[in-house]
Amino acid sequence: MRYDTLVIGAGFSGLAAGIRAAMFGRRVLVLERHYLWGGLNSFYKRKGRLFDTGLHALTNCGLRGAKGTPLGRLLRQLRIHPDQLQLLPQGYSELRLADLCLRFSNDPELWLENVTRAFRKQADRFLELHRTVGSLDIDRIEDPAASARAKVEAQLGDPELADVVLMAPTFYGSAREGDIDWDQFVMLYRAIFHDGLAQPEGGVRPLLQLFLNRLAECGGELRRKAGVERLLVRDGRVYGVRLEDGEEIEAEHVLSSAGWVETMGLLGPELGAAHLRPEDRATMTILETISVLDRPPKDIPGPNPLAAATVFFADEQRFAYGAPKDLCSATHGVLSVPSNFAAPASGPTAEPTLRATLMAHPEAWHTLPPERYGDEKQRWSERALDLVARLYGDPRPYEVYRDVFTPRTITKYTGHDRGAIYGSPTKHRGGATPFAGLYLIGADQGMAGIVGAGLSGATIVNLHVLNSEVA
Amino acid sequence: MTRDEIAIAIKDIISQIAPDEDLGNLDPKVRLRDQIELDSMDFLDIVMELRKLYGVQVPEADYKELATLEGCANYLEAHLADKELHCASNA
Repeated sequence: MRYDTLVIGAGFSGLAAGIRAAMFGRRVLVLERHYLWGGLNSFYKRKGRLFDTGLHALTNCGLRGAKGTPLGRLLRQLRIHPDQLQLLPQGYSELRLADLCLRFSNDPELWLENVTRAFRKQADRFLELHRTVGSLDIDRIEDPAASARAKVEAQLGDPELADVVLMAPTFYGSAREGDIDWDQFVMLYRAIFHDGLAQPEGGVRPLLQLFLNRLAECGGELRRKAGVERLLVRDGRVYGVRLEDGEEIEAEHVLSSAGWVETMGLLGPELGAAHLRPEDRATMTILETISVLDRPPKDIPGPNPLAAATVFFADEQRFAYGAPKDLCSATHGVLSVPSNFAAPASGPTAEPTLRATLMAHPEAWHTLPPERYGDEKQRWSERALDLVARLYGDPRPYEVYRDVFTPRTITKYTGHDRGAIYGSPTKHRGGATPFAGLYLIGADQGMAGIVGAGLSGATIVNLHVLNSEVA
Repeated sequence: MTRDEIAIAIKDIISQIAPDEDLGNLDPKVRLRDQIELDSMDFLDIVMELRKLYGVQVPEADYKELATLEGCANYLEAHLADKELHCASNA
């Protein structure tokens, strides 16, 4: 069996790559090791309930349409009509750093007003940065891997304000400890603070379904429970894959969304090891606790109503992004409250949930002895909810169900080294590898977020698969 | 294809790529990207759809010839003279 293009992984980058290649008549097979598609942005079932993973929000396109936004570009690349996405805009979100609480909504003025009020002396410098980030040409960002923190601090002249500006984009996409790559910062800052946030109606599943339908419509194939065991190499060229069940499949191009470290691992020790560096291993991962509640989180009694769609929090004087000393950070994370986005026209359908995410240690969870794993999972889930209780009110009396996943869960279901959610700190923006015929898509190609993942798949196919016939 | 049919073919391709754009009042003499929002990725897609649908290869050096609908007709007239119009939406 021979294909033009093989794609490893049916996450957003892999599906987008598959669609794009199939659209132009290439014979495409997308391989997924798990029985569900979606990769890091997927869903699972527990006790009859469906839970989403990953996706909190997409760029808001409700007001001025999708045109010109990265989401709009992605939809055009895949020929998905924007009307097929039902986007529900957020009410507002919050950013909490120590005692500071700043709200922002899909009207950028609220953010500008709140930040300039809290940092009067740096107001002009902040407004200038906000404008600059909004006006950069996203395809031609100079110095993409530069430290955004260095640039932002230099512009603002105030490290605490820099924390405020960097926090949400960093939480939503950085694989780098204490920092975020400049191009990712620009893309995510714009998405969050210029365009705003919205949630696809029904969460991640209908969105994935659009991608699956499109892939099938274009003639692309998807094979599930098809884990790749080894990349096949001849004379420095990757010519196919061997699956875990021993089947070999050949192809002209192999696109891997597995990650750099993981992909080099698939080349085997004699070929891959030379390209593995310890500093390329992921450092950022999470623990997430999902509470299903008998009432919307905003109705929970407590010091503040939890009416924000998203809360980015750092319950310390400074924002310190990176692997925590302990198994998790008890102070740094993100809350997501789906019921605080606009309700669908048909009324709310799902039970109210609260997702609380804490930064977690990549290695410690994987080396935890089995007899401690369950207890630690429970303990950190409680710590996350303790924090919610202190800031907003205790959701636990209203819980009807809770599920918790850890970095170990992420590794198990996505195959990503150390449960990485944003891949390796080193990005490979051109998508090329040392092996002909093998290209990288997804997080390690350097674009952030779900939209970034999709654009990564589409762009690398444009560059290396479709252009190969022009050349 | 006649020159008019070429314009129809191009508009049909654009409507596939950018279904959210209104193509009703396009001025054939004005640059497409000044009338509707088309970025470089979209533009490349017009070229790729032309190749897919009509087998016409437009080298990169000639992309500028396709800037307006009239330019498209001028440039593609010879290439598409013996091709039948069929719409991407029905392909």
